[in-house]
Amino acid sequence: MIINKDLVIVGAGPAGLAAAIEAKKNGIEDILVVEREPVAGGILNQCIHDGFGIVKFNEALTGPEYARKYIDEAEKLQIDIVTNTMVQDISSNREVTTISPNGIKTYKAGAVILAMGCRERTRGAICIPGTRPAGVFTAGVAQNLVNIRNIMVGKKVVILGSGDIGLIMARRLTLEGAEVLAVVEKLPYSSGLQRNITQCLEDFNIPLLLSHTVTNIEGHERVKSVTVAKVNEKGAPIRGTSIRFDCDTLILSVGLIPENEVALNAGIILDNVTGGASVDENLQTNIPGIFACGNVLQVHDLVDYVSAEGELAAKSAVSYIRNSKPIESEVMVKAGKGIRYVLPQTISADKDITFSMRVNNPSKRKTIVFKDGEKRLKKKFFMALNPAEMVRIELKSHELKDISGLEVCIDE
Amino acid sequence: MNKSREIVCIVCPNGCRMNVAYEGNNKVTLVENASCKKGEEYAVNEIQFPKRSITSTVGVINGVLPLVSVRTDKPIPKEKIAAALDEIKKIRLEAPVTFHQVIINDLLGTGAKLISTKEVAELEKL
Repeated sequence: MIINKDLVIVGAGPAGLAAAIEAKKNGIEDILVVEREPVAGGILNQCIHDGFGIVKFNEALTGPEYARKYIDEAEKLQIDIVTNTMVQDISSNREVTTISPNGIKTYKAGAVILAMGCRERTRGAICIPGTRPAGVFTAGVAQNLVNIRNIMVGKKVVILGSGDIGLIMARRLTLEGAEVLAVVEKLPYSSGLQRNITQCLEDFNIPLLLSHTVTNIEGHERVKSVTVAKVNEKGAPIRGTSIRFDCDTLILSVGLIPENEVALNAGIILDNVTGGASVDENLQTNIPGIFACGNVLQVHDLVDYVSAEGELAAKSAVSYIRNSKPIESEVMVKAGKGIRYVLPQTISADKDITFSMRVNNPSKRKTIVFKDGEKRLKKKFFMALNPAEMVRIELKSHELKDISGLEVCIDE
Repeated sequence: MNKSREIVCIVCPNGCRMNVAYEGNNKVTLVENASCKKGEEYAVNEIQFPKRSITSTVGVINGVLPLVSVRTDKPIPKEKIAAALDEIKKIRLEAPVTFHQVIINDLLGTGAKLISTKEVAELEKL
């Protein structure tokens, strides 16, 4: 039996919740949100630190508080969220198959919004040599154990990777009584927000070793030590620079990957750089009626923009459900010099569009320029640019009028 | 004697790098590069009286989860953080815990309340 739904949203984290609320407010009644975990809220539930919602609500909320605002609203709007249910398959004609303890169900959706979030890169993905003892965790797993399950991960800890989760966990484990010996970062700069380096490392005198990496893990049943070495500009360890840290735990905060397996089954084309779907300004993928938002589209540093993306995807899905006419997006958007990626990848150039992007390297006092060939459409000056911080720039429809191509680059 | 320090603002994700000039008695004479009032305030506080909000967890008995997440409702002096965490570790709450339940009314005389940031329902008895 196939159950018809106007809108199916995959994932009840911040992106999916915001999308569901926005769609309902725009008059779509028949919505189903599918969530794999037992409760809605996504990763916010384990992010018990504060700093969420400053852009959107002008207050520093903790993760659970930010999630609750949306969960309460979804409840008030009587949005149907099924938990403990996983999407197994999405077809290109928008049939969504789910599995749960209640069995397998198939839905035919007027539109689908992908909001599955991302997962962590693991030790295997970065090939750290050494033995395979217990005591090696990704930062998000450690966060879940410590903050939700009341299981402390270790006593003496080394953290590899200075992304925000790694920094947050350095503070959290310190407050829980562990000794964090060092945060080790392969790049010559941190991949986390500056404020987190201040409040998570400097406040507790935790050393940040830039241009260093873990070259070996030692120990049999449990981690006994890790070896850390300096790396050259190519990222290769330099002989004779090794330091051994006696520790029982290694935490990895080495990157996030959009969780897009079911999207691939639907024939959705992914962007090689972001790992998320390639989308137009409506956040529509190459499959008409399937939209993507949040960390499954591009990994964000601020949840506020995840929610904003969810709302945009919902607005687009609503207009698709009502018109079912795919909008032609013909202008390709290119990431030029100094820009790692820019989203959306294609636009139709007839409305105001907010572009999000990340730069390749940290720099100071630089201008980001939007160009159509040699013609400069817009420029914006930044005191500092940092790969850890997503840049968002809005272009008005009149600035995008009649363009034939679009390139975003850092002005030299 | 006049001193100066670079302070990275933690108020919002912009993380402004502010230059703060102050006198020997910690009287702040100049805050540069702050892009908002809150940042300026933070810089002055950071010189005179550094404070932090704390977030942690508290054990729950008979709850659907073993922990409830908590925070202070305002920042507390930095030097009291360790003692505050020791206090927090001693607490065990009986489920159910409600959202924004006040757990400690005045944490170590700082005037800050310790409140829950989620709810934890009671385990259903069989």
